[in-house]
Amino acid sequence: MSEKETFSLEALQRRDRQEMARLVEAFSTPVYRLGLKILGNPQDAEDVLQSTFLKVFEALPSFEGRSSLSTWIYRIAVNEALMILRKRRPEIGLALDDGNEDEEEPLSPPQAMIDWCCLPEDELLSSEARRVLDQAIRKLPEKLRLVFILRDIEGLSIQETAEALGLSETNVKTRLLRARLRLREMLSEYYEERVREKQIYG
Amino acid sequence: MADQDCRHLLAALGDYIDGTLEEQICRELERHMAECQNCRVVVDTMRKMIYLYQVEASEEGVPAEARQRLFARLNLDV
Repeated sequence: MSEKETFSLEALQRRDRQEMARLVEAFSTPVYRLGLKILGNPQDAEDVLQSTFLKVFEALPSFEGRSSLSTWIYRIAVNEALMILRKRRPEIGLALDDGNEDEEEPLSPPQAMIDWCCLPEDELLSSEARRVLDQAIRKLPEKLRLVFILRDIEGLSIQETAEALGLSETNVKTRLLRARLRLREMLSEYYEERVREKQIYG
Repeated sequence: MADQDCRHLLAALGDYIDGTLEEQICRELERHMAECQNCRVVVDTMRKMIYLYQVEASEEGVPAEARQRLFARLNLDV
């Protein structure tokens, strides 16, 4: 995101419409995608999109630049998405600061050992495979999912992810590895089956 | 993944994939991977998995109508 950090804070703070529109253009896709990945449907993602930018422009006058503008926007977007999520599913307290019990458990060693990288890309990204990708990410516990989305999908650095989620960098790294390991197992289950089919049917 | 070297790889896997692992440890892991197919598979499939999520995400954009409603809501429509 750093290449997009060429906004004039001064212009934004005096509500220069052109600069505001530029900011929205630059960040609407990642914010929408974040909403989609956290909440799982386009309507909720649009709610996240709107409420995030309303909050951003409301809070901009008091933005002090302690973190980068993009990290700050991600932080707001995550909070908005989680607020909607809590409204939808109030039984989920929330997830970000609910202790570190998970971090203290030993990592479970990888099980899936068939190399499926050789599958052709149209098969790796078939519509069926895309459903598996989406389902797998939805199955991750919230706190692992958020870290994976920000770091691996949106490409934030470890430090930016930590700032956006209010976590330590060590915590981000631990959660990221757990997320990657779990996702790899879930996807491997599907892709290994495709490899076996190829071996049987040639 | 039972071997002690495999367990070392697991502990350093995140930094290795991100390219932030200390050079010497990195060389040790690569020596191990040259001999351990399982660890190679774990690293390769994990990298591929991240790549697939990134490709999928790069194709997801804000639908035109949602974008329009956003700009209207923010009073930014031209």
